[in-house]
Amino acid sequence: MVAIEEFISRVEGEFEDMEPGNLSTESVLRDHFTWDSINALIFIAHVNVEYDVVISADDLINAQTLRELYNLVSTKASAA
Amino acid sequence: MAIFSIPDIKIAGIAASVPKKEVSTRDYNLLSEKEQENFIKIIGVEKRRVADPGIATSDLSFEAAKQLIEGLGWDPEEVELLIFVSQSRDYLIPATAGILQNKLGLPKTCMALDISLGCSGYVYGLSVMGRMMSGGAIKKGLFLVGDVSTQNTSYKDKSTYPLFGDAGTATALEYVPGAPDMAFNLQTDGSGYEAIIIPDGGIRNFATKETSFEYEDIAEGISRNKFHIALNGEEVFNFSLREVAPNIRALLEYSGMELEVIDYFVTHQANKLMNESIRKKLKIDPAKYPYSIRNFGNTSSASIPLTIVTALQDEVTGKELKLLLSGFGVGLSWGSAVLNTDKIFCPALIEI
Repeated sequence: MVAIEEFISRVEGEFEDMEPGNLSTESVLRDHFTWDSINALIFIAHVNVEYDVVISADDLINAQTLRELYNLVSTKASAA
Repeated sequence: MAIFSIPDIKIAGIAASVPKKEVSTRDYNLLSEKEQENFIKIIGVEKRRVADPGIATSDLSFEAAKQLIEGLGWDPEEVELLIFVSQSRDYLIPATAGILQNKLGLPKTCMALDISLGCSGYVYGLSVMGRMMSGGAIKKGLFLVGDVSTQNTSYKDKSTYPLFGDAGTATALEYVPGAPDMAFNLQTDGSGYEAIIIPDGGIRNFATKETSFEYEDIAEGISRNKFHIALNGEEVFNFSLREVAPNIRALLEYSGMELEVIDYFVTHQANKLMNESIRKKLKIDPAKYPYSIRNFGNTSSASIPLTIVTALQDEVTGKELKLLLSGFGVGLSWGSAVLNTDKIFCPALIEI
């Protein structure tokens, strides 16, 4: 698993409206842009392609900050 | 495991047919202008074809089959197998395959049956056709595949209405001793049967005036009745991310092939985000991964042959190709196939 800084920078790269350096470990994605179902799917697809893990929409709702998302993805990646 | 090869079967031709009527995502007023552009960019559907009420999948497939029979110079009397794969049949009973057998002028010595599958249907049906024919008793078979999904989508459901398009296709198969093997890997997980469902109209929930036609508000922008397609987008999305790449990898391993030897990967056109995720996971070159979703939407069981006709016509008619096909979705049902085509008959898209 990559470091959390790299994880965040890849998320910024995935969403076009996102300026690099805008997000931090405590950022909540829905505060930064419209969090609709399409953006949720983009995030789910992103972590699947990058880290080969599958997360659900519920996972996304439960994990609020990017640190929490990072921990979730890391846990799933190491369990796989 | 349902992983196997079939010898001695040649694809002689593929044709596809769509309704003339075209609708644009930009005309769908339940999405804002920004949402429309985002939908086109991410989900990948800009335009799609829509059948007028009363036009059935079999009408579209019939035209495609007629062109194939004529173009290949087949005598209809020689066709001894017809399989119709669809989830939009003409009637609850009887099967549509018989109606097509008669309409196409095929003989009474032709066996004809329906298979009820959607997104995986082209790959599944091809395996059944191949197995039926590979013994050599049946030398010519017609494989008709497609769906009219737009009749069963609710205009007030933004999760389905702008996604689906209608198409019918026909594939002609011949028994040719020595033709290269086709290989298949077919899978099922019926625990996900509710992920894509039209709940009423079958025997489980027979249609009633009181319960079947009442619109229900499911979520913001999603309102439908029980004759409409209900799509659990997230469940289908995660299922496809989880299952499709391993299924393709296992088939390649079984066939003793590296990914690089495949000329084109023609997969079900579910939505662009999902398809691109699968492509990236498998590290497939974008030039080897054709699309039809932008102009035709998600055409259910027709998506693989429609993509061949609209994106690869020159290639399949002009040279020998090794193709990997993959279908996945409703059921849940999924499968992939590797096969060779050698300068097949593939007329331009038919519009009716």
